[in-house]
Amino acid sequence: MMKTVDLAATPVRALNAALHAPGSAEAHWRVLRPQGLHAVAVGIDAPLTVEIEGHVGYYCAGMNKQARIHVRGNAGVGVAENMMSGEVRIAGDASQSAGATGHGGLLVVGGNASARCGISMKGIDIMVGGSIGHMSAFMAQAGRLVVLGDAGESLGDSIYEARLYVRGKVASLGADCIEQPLEDSHRAELAALLATAGFDGQARPDEFRRYGSARRLYNFHIDNVDSY
Amino acid sequence: MCGIVGLFLKDRALQPSLGALVSGMLCTLGDRGPDSAGIAIYGATQDGRLKLTVQAPHAGYDLSPALAAAEAGSGHDIRIAERHTHAVLSVPEAAETAVRAALAAAAPEVAVVSSGTRMEIYKEIGRPETVAAAFALGAMSGTHAVGHTRMATESAVTTTGAHPFSTGRDQCLVHNGSLSNHNAVRRDLVRRGLEFRTDNDSEVAAAYLSWRMAEGASLGEALKASLADLDGFYTFVVGTEDGFGVLRDPVACKPAVLAETDAWVAFGSEYRALVDLPGIEGARVWEPEPATPYFWTRA
Repeated sequence: MMKTVDLAATPVRALNAALHAPGSAEAHWRVLRPQGLHAVAVGIDAPLTVEIEGHVGYYCAGMNKQARIHVRGNAGVGVAENMMSGEVRIAGDASQSAGATGHGGLLVVGGNASARCGISMKGIDIMVGGSIGHMSAFMAQAGRLVVLGDAGESLGDSIYEARLYVRGKVASLGADCIEQPLEDSHRAELAALLATAGFDGQARPDEFRRYGSARRLYNFHIDNVDSY
Repeated sequence: MCGIVGLFLKDRALQPSLGALVSGMLCTLGDRGPDSAGIAIYGATQDGRLKLTVQAPHAGYDLSPALAAAEAGSGHDIRIAERHTHAVLSVPEAAETAVRAALAAAAPEVAVVSSGTRMEIYKEIGRPETVAAAFALGAMSGTHAVGHTRMATESAVTTTGAHPFSTGRDQCLVHNGSLSNHNAVRRDLVRRGLEFRTDNDSEVAAAYLSWRMAEGASLGEALKASLADLDGFYTFVVGTEDGFGVLRDPVACKPAVLAETDAWVAFGSEYRALVDLPGIEGARVWEPEPATPYFWTRA
């Protein structure tokens, strides 16, 4: 059964409390008139489906676990920040720091994502149909970032082990981020990600270039552990 | 933090609603800056006359004696419209210097906040709801306006430290952020003859743009030049007699949302400032790029 919440009439806290309530599992929620409000549908830990009809403010779907959250609009700063699992889809554009520090799950942005997309990502997969801004994937540790458009300056600065795929132009690479060969395993990985995101009609794996860490900047060796 | 808004009307039918729309936008962002609030609004011209917006030093101060002395001292007729702690003096354009001098002599505590053929500025300490009600901003009409709700960082919470800042005729600026080289730029601009009323970093940005435009730059060119000369964090929204511009610094930490329809162009620090604008459902909504000047002028 679908529940509908109108955020012009119901406070965000009441919506989030209802989404966190035990026993709401499997439910299907529809959120109307989000009006750019912050922290809509944050901290869910249940296999819910939440459809949000309009533009949301900061930190929408932050810390998400298990839930599928779809925004039919744009998202403000920090959408799906620190997501653990589940799926967040933004039909329009996302502002800064989309998917920041995300540990898992899938974030799909249909339009553009601005600066710092995937900053410090730790296992999340981020798919962007448009372009991304500067300093994206800064200190990215794990996960995949796939961009069908272009990337802004300093992509992947100080990157650890995340894999970055960009179809368009990269304005510049950050410190220790280099282009790496696109091998069959990467093509297969891309094909699966594009299909999951629903982008398979828009792009082919061969059109992408892969970027990752040169591993010259972080030099931890287990042999040196006694030095720390 | 600070919240900034701007609204540039393309549809003349909306002009009577400008004050109501902009004060609504500003009040929505009150949580971004509860210290002070202000608005610059571009209304009707008065043939051959100039508007000087003056500000009382504190609430309860009676401006009438100072204004009467300014009129008598300058020898020019002044039409006066008082609003809360401010008054707009309509003076013959040629009389600006004489009126300023007479006012400064009679009541140095009364500040001239702006001058312009169309622009008026109203700003005070307090939350935007309080400030908007005190000045009856909601009843004002015009072609474009910019507003600011302040969380002070770089200088004191005073009426003169509130935004918008005006440093040139019909020019104003609001700022979210903080500049790190404002003292050096201020010294340079002082040597070039610009005058400052506060220690505020944002006033320096306003004066910098005024100087560039006085040197012949367009609004867009002045904004572009500021990228090289102003250091710090900023999103600026600026107004001129016929224009409206937006600029974010290259790092772009300070938020910004633009929206445009056939009827208007709107700026908000956050999208939620824009939700009550007519036709927002069909607007093109986007985040302005870092280090990229955006500007619109009236046809």
